[in-house]
Amino acid sequence: MLEKALVGSQRYWGWIIFLLAIISVGFACWIYQLNYGLGITGMSRDISWGVYIAQFTYFVGVAAGAVMLVIPKYLHHYQKYAKVVIFGEFLAIAAVVMCLLFIIVDIGQPQRMLNVLFYPTPNSILFWDMIVLNGYLAINVIVGWNSLLAERKHVPPPAWIKPFIYLSIPWAVSIHTVTAFLYAGLPGRHMWLTAIMAPRFLASAFAAGPSILILLLLLVKKLTKYEPGEEAIQSIAKTICYAEITNMFFLGLEFFTAFYSNIPGEMHGLTYLFFGLDGYHELVPWMWTSVFFGLFGILLLLVPPLRRMHKFLALACASVFLSTWVDKGVGLVIGGFIPNPLDVVRQYHPTFPEISIATAIWAIGALILTILYKIVISVREQDA
Amino acid sequence: MYDANKIIPGLVIFVGLMTFPIWAGMGKAEPVPKPKIDTPVIKEMAEKHCVESKNYMADYHMQMLITWRDKALRDGKRIYVSSSGQKYNVSLQNTCMKCHSNKKEFCDKCHNYVGVKPYCWDCHIEPIEPKGNVL
Amino acid sequence: MSMDRREFIKVAGLSALLGVGGKGAFELLRPGELDAFEGQAPENVPAATPKIRWAITIDVRKTDNSVVQKCRGVCDYLHNVPHFDNPKDEVKWIWGDTYEHAFADGANEYMDSSLADLPFLLLCNHCDHPPCVRVCPTKATFRRPDGIVAMDYHRCIGCRFCMAACPFGSRSFNWRDPRDGLKDRKLNPEFPTRMRGVVEKCNLCVERIDKGLIPACVETCPDVLAFGNLADPNSNVRQILRTRTSLRRKIELGTEPSVFYLV
Repeated sequence: MLEKALVGSQRYWGWIIFLLAIISVGFACWIYQLNYGLGITGMSRDISWGVYIAQFTYFVGVAAGAVMLVIPKYLHHYQKYAKVVIFGEFLAIAAVVMCLLFIIVDIGQPQRMLNVLFYPTPNSILFWDMIVLNGYLAINVIVGWNSLLAERKHVPPPAWIKPFIYLSIPWAVSIHTVTAFLYAGLPGRHMWLTAIMAPRFLASAFAAGPSILILLLLLVKKLTKYEPGEEAIQSIAKTICYAEITNMFFLGLEFFTAFYSNIPGEMHGLTYLFFGLDGYHELVPWMWTSVFFGLFGILLLLVPPLRRMHKFLALACASVFLSTWVDKGVGLVIGGFIPNPLDVVRQYHPTFPEISIATAIWAIGALILTILYKIVISVREQDA
Repeated sequence: MYDANKIIPGLVIFVGLMTFPIWAGMGKAEPVPKPKIDTPVIKEMAEKHCVESKNYMADYHMQMLITWRDKALRDGKRIYVSSSGQKYNVSLQNTCMKCHSNKKEFCDKCHNYVGVKPYCWDCHIEPIEPKGNVL
Repeated sequence: MSMDRREFIKVAGLSALLGVGGKGAFELLRPGELDAFEGQAPENVPAATPKIRWAITIDVRKTDNSVVQKCRGVCDYLHNVPHFDNPKDEVKWIWGDTYEHAFADGANEYMDSSLADLPFLLLCNHCDHPPCVRVCPTKATFRRPDGIVAMDYHRCIGCRFCMAACPFGSRSFNWRDPRDGLKDRKLNPEFPTRMRGVVEKCNLCVERIDKGLIPACVETCPDVLAFGNLADPNSNVRQILRTRTSLRRKIELGTEPSVFYLV
């Protein structure tokens, strides 16, 4: 089926070339990083994870979000999702590939990466993260590709993929739980040391993933003759609404525990992010923007007439996307490192090469997504 | 054959790329190196011998170094008892290179000849040779 | 030994290549018969009853800036610790900081300035339950039976999970080639440098301890620091701890540091 990605309009090829251009800039920066070391980034002794790991965390969520389509479709036989579930699975594939790439660019000795396999260490959460992420990628490739192959041949999907589909549901939960455990089990990082880290991650994942999916589906609808189905879109929108409300609720819970208990360590991370600490308040506008757009998105999604208008629906999804991205892709990782173990605030500013590399990985994700979606749409247009 | 105009150039490019190491190295044969052991420390030795026999060291020094590395660093075992019963301090910088202080002649020539680049020297400090090699 | 040593190392090397871990290969081949190396600490001692548990005591009342400088100077020289002007690239094994920072949760504003202004020597705590070891995905950092939390720079992939896990900020990453930070400085030819992309920290002078020496900082300032075996009730450190009031950093986190501050 891959050949379908090789025929396309001028606009399609223009987009591909645009993505390749971004990728090549980032690739050049990555070569520079390999030669010089991670010193080209803004990371330091105190803020030892930055944009890369933050983006990794965010896209684990996007990948896990696909399960919000898989559960209704396969556990409740909600047939309105029959045609869109593959878009969710392919979004998951692109997101997981991005996650793996973000890990590769983040580690200092990527050529030794296989040491994780040569010296397997089950007490390290990173070891399990490697397993669940690669497993999730494999499951989605198997399920997505075989479903599409079957669809092209107008036959039902083979029975043997059923167990993989059922497996994908707990597996999707596992990828974000394990990713939360990367943070939630570290002593001395108070902001991360919270039992609701995994539920918070899942709630934001189930808001963020489907939001991106709706934006993509609306785009597909606009650019091609393909019609994803209004009822499916509305159902996904309701899922986002519930998930984002839960996400904001969890954020409130963090605030309650930190500030009602009045324990300095518990409060410091949130204080830095939302009010500023020791005169440092760079991230304050970001975090309040995140809260504002989170609530704004919920509001738009809660009012049915607004939700039904695609203009507002897109605005709502974009708001939720932005809100969760700032929350997880900016605040979570940086906030967790502030103040440092010696109670000193050190700031972090990503550098141009660092942002270029991260942007290139976004572009690789977009490229994979474009190719996979192109194949789906070509298969379906051929039938139409 | 369908699409012969695409398949045949494709095959040519593929074969060309796969055989790259062969034709890239063509005509660049270097003489077989003879590692020199004429360092001051070795010259003073009454009986010239390494930790193990010369042939063994030539064949297996890499495995031995890895074993030494893991034993010293991970298990804290820093004394090696050779097959002749002699004891050696397990250390690349402080044992091997004390005798073989001519790294360029002794290590690099062979490694370059066989095209391997051990990354030992990314961290381990080379012995200071007469010509001087500061960082 | 029934198997020729060369044969043995050959097979061991090959099995290591084939992915059977080095140690595993040894045990598969000749369990308990690895006597090509002379061992100091016997293996297979149950972790619950350590015979050795190295610890350091630091007399805070006697610590001043010259002590910090001396300790740092000798450590940085012996271990080829790079210096960078840029705090972003900083690598530290042992350094000084105030009480307020060393004991971030314990400072109070009414403290006597005689203590508040004293520098505290900070280094890796060589914890009993080190979070850095727990999170390392390759066992590049590990705890030896004698309590030293060691680093295997050959194995480290540079994921920096250990830096996030360490509650004491004791770990540094080589953001760039450390040799750039060692230029124009006398190197210790007996110890390696590191390479970029790996994490490093205080190793409690494991290379000296294995030779029967004490850590260099303790040797340099013997009036201020003491080094000894915590597992031995009659050791110097145990005697000191019996007579002096001591603090350890962030004990509420349960990592059980081996560095004691005498106040």
